[in-house]
Amino acid sequence: MELTRRDALAALASTGIVVGAGAAALSHLDDRRAKPDVDVDTLVAVAEVLYPSEVTGVREFVETFVAGRTADRPDYHAGMADALAVVDERAERWFDGPFATLDREDRDATLRQLGADAIPPDPEGRPPGRVRYYVVNELLYAFYTSPAGGSLVGTENPIGHPGGTTSYQRGPDA
Amino acid sequence: MSQGDVDRTPSPRSDVCIVGAGPAGALVAHRLASEGYDVVVLEAGPRFDPDDRLERMERHIRPSHGPEDVWDMGGPRDAYTNAGEEHYPLNAARVKGVGGTTLHWQGMVFRLHESDFERRSRHGVGRDWPIGYDDLQPYYAEAEAELGVAGADDNPFAPPRAEPFPMPAFRPSYSDSLFAEACEELGIAMHSAPNARNSEAHDGRSACQGYGTCKPVCPSGAKYDATVHVAKAEGEGARVIDRAPAQRIEHDRSGETVEAVVYATPDGTEHRQEARQFVLAAGGIEIPRLLLLSRSTQHPDGLANSSGAVGRYFMDHLFAGMGGELDAPTRQKHVGFITSESHQFYDDVDESVGPYKLEFLNYAGQSPVNVALSTESEAAWGDALAEEIRDTYGNRIAMGGLCGQPPRAENRVTLDPDVTDDHGNPVPEIHWSLGDRERRTIEAANETQAAIMNELGVDVDWVTDAATTGPAFHHMGTTRMGTDPDESVVNPRLRTHDLDNCWIASASTFVTGGALNPTLTIAALALRAADAVDAEL
Ligand SMILES: Cc1cc2nc3c(=O)[nH]c(=O)nc-3n(C[C@H](O)[C@H](O)[C@H](O)COP(=O)(O)OP(=O)(O)OC[C@H]3O[C@@H](n4cnc5c(N)ncnc54)[C@H](O)[C@@H]3O)c2cc1C
Ligand code: SF4
Repeated sequence: MELTRRDALAALASTGIVVGAGAAALSHLDDRRAKPDVDVDTLVAVAEVLYPSEVTGVREFVETFVAGRTADRPDYHAGMADALAVVDERAERWFDGPFATLDREDRDATLRQLGADAIPPDPEGRPPGRVRYYVVNELLYAFYTSPAGGSLVGTENPIGHPGGTTSYQRGPDA
Repeated sequence: MSQGDVDRTPSPRSDVCIVGAGPAGALVAHRLASEGYDVVVLEAGPRFDPDDRLERMERHIRPSHGPEDVWDMGGPRDAYTNAGEEHYPLNAARVKGVGGTTLHWQGMVFRLHESDFERRSRHGVGRDWPIGYDDLQPYYAEAEAELGVAGADDNPFAPPRAEPFPMPAFRPSYSDSLFAEACEELGIAMHSAPNARNSEAHDGRSACQGYGTCKPVCPSGAKYDATVHVAKAEGEGARVIDRAPAQRIEHDRSGETVEAVVYATPDGTEHRQEARQFVLAAGGIEIPRLLLLSRSTQHPDGLANSSGAVGRYFMDHLFAGMGGELDAPTRQKHVGFITSESHQFYDDVDESVGPYKLEFLNYAGQSPVNVALSTESEAAWGDALAEEIRDTYGNRIAMGGLCGQPPRAENRVTLDPDVTDDHGNPVPEIHWSLGDRERRTIEAANETQAAIMNELGVDVDWVTDAATTGPAFHHMGTTRMGTDPDESVVNPRLRTHDLDNCWIASASTFVTGGALNPTLTIAALALRAADAVDAEL
């Protein structure tokens, strides 16, 4: 399944960053995407581990989503940048290279060794809790509240997404 | 305007002072301000910024935030204690702020049945209301128009109505159609469920957008909440002072007339709001608490409490439900509200069993994002997580229901002298227990639910029964209405028997509670109280 910028905008709409995925919103975000000011490479590399393997187009989705989420929210931006630095630093320490250069297996292992698979998310907590909050849950939230992510698991209108009032009436074969 | 710039000093020449800006207070404020009166509303909680709603929704969905965080509940301001057999989680059951608990509510709205007003004469239980369905019927119609209710006249068990609903009902869900087959086999009639939620653009608010998070927050504003009537009241010139909790009520020397409400402001000062008439609309817990906190030489047991009934006869509705897996997709969690119910058994009341209603849920089980974000899930991420979500989401199905609780004097709200809030006032202490009548009613509801689930072929894996039931968060009965001042707190016009200018707009005036969500009845009573206050002025 191919993720698109439009999917990212739909995900952003459910977080209040963009209302209506119109052309204006698209170009507005274009400027922001031009200067990604968190470590997008690491974030994309994490997303590739978190999202189902059949998903493609992850970079565009993540860049657009994160640009929207962090712009004009300095605290959130700082929290995310800081958590990404933790991920990268552990990758260097345990696997001798920047996170984004590791293969999928080692990236997965880095996140697990960090505890990000099991620790409760905590924006103010210790590094693993912050990684779970700002990186892992951030990316999973974007994906599974979007119609693209929902559709992969059985709902084109997951909670958190303003998908209207006809989908609930439709049967599975419609 | 920053918080520091807000003027929280009293209004100099106020006709009406209202305590509480939930639906009851907002409706009274709007109606009386429209009549040209000078109205001031004191609200304990803050004015929430509507632009924050998506962030509040995210707090609800993301597991790092507790349920009380969504509307900033909890802490010393909201402290309470429990003394009864059953634990009552009070701060999950209310919101303090402009809009009140409707910010969090689900928004299903029903008229009580005629029988609910006559429980004593029909079944020997509790007391009859001093007014009947006929008296409230026109106010119910007005309340539906004010809130904006989407409904259809297809419920054969509902009480009589003279006019159509303001908006068409939401269409039944796909899972309703699954239930319908089973119910037809069993001879159980399903019908639409009225919602205070826009099925189309209405009253300056958009149609429902399908966020699916109605309870606890509707980001689109399609779900009615009382900020609607606060804004309308302010448009008519009413003043709403937020973060201004009433501390006590003061009366004149005779003890028969209220002179002022004393309230606190964030800077630590206390003010006195004087007015000609006072309307208490602070909900079924805080109204009796405020009256008890306002005791005086003339009213040693608390204001308006010569009957001793203030705080007593606390009732809630009890939840009964069950759910499980079907071997086919059920299409849940697209929206966060109910489209079909059955009130077929509602009036099968007798000396031993009370009323209950059945709900066919559209939000059984967990949503994909809930499974994904939870560290309780087996799989952390990747293909394994997607697989786990496909397994957990998709085939869930569930029914709910509400069961009535009769009034009992020992179920009550008192003051806990040992625990104080952020202003040094004793906190509310909730004494709540269940009796055999509601246990039997829950059993009856469970039996019907089990028959439907069985007919549908559901593998039931959870049941909420008489042992595991909990409250539906409807605070009723604590200042009940009646004609006898020795037995009740307010008269049928909703004025306290003891004080000639003190009115109560709340489910606290309910004599019995039926088994239907209370807010439409609260709204109807609020409009009735507003008319009575208007006549007095
Ligand atoms: C989870 C949930 C779901 C619900 N779903 C439904 C539903 O589907 N249908 C339905 O009919 N009902 C539902 N309810 C109940 C509904 O929300 C209440 O019946 C309704 O909000 C009561 O209105 P009210 O104005 O009497 O009180 P509230 O809405 O509670 O408002 C009272 C206001 O008074 C303020 N206040 C309290 N003390 C003071 C003080 N000392 N000074 C100043 N202000 C004070 C509070 O801060 C609050 O803002 C639900 C409730 C909950 C919690
Ligand atoms: S589904 Fe609920 S939360 Fe979403 S827009 Fe409709 S009413 Fe609001």
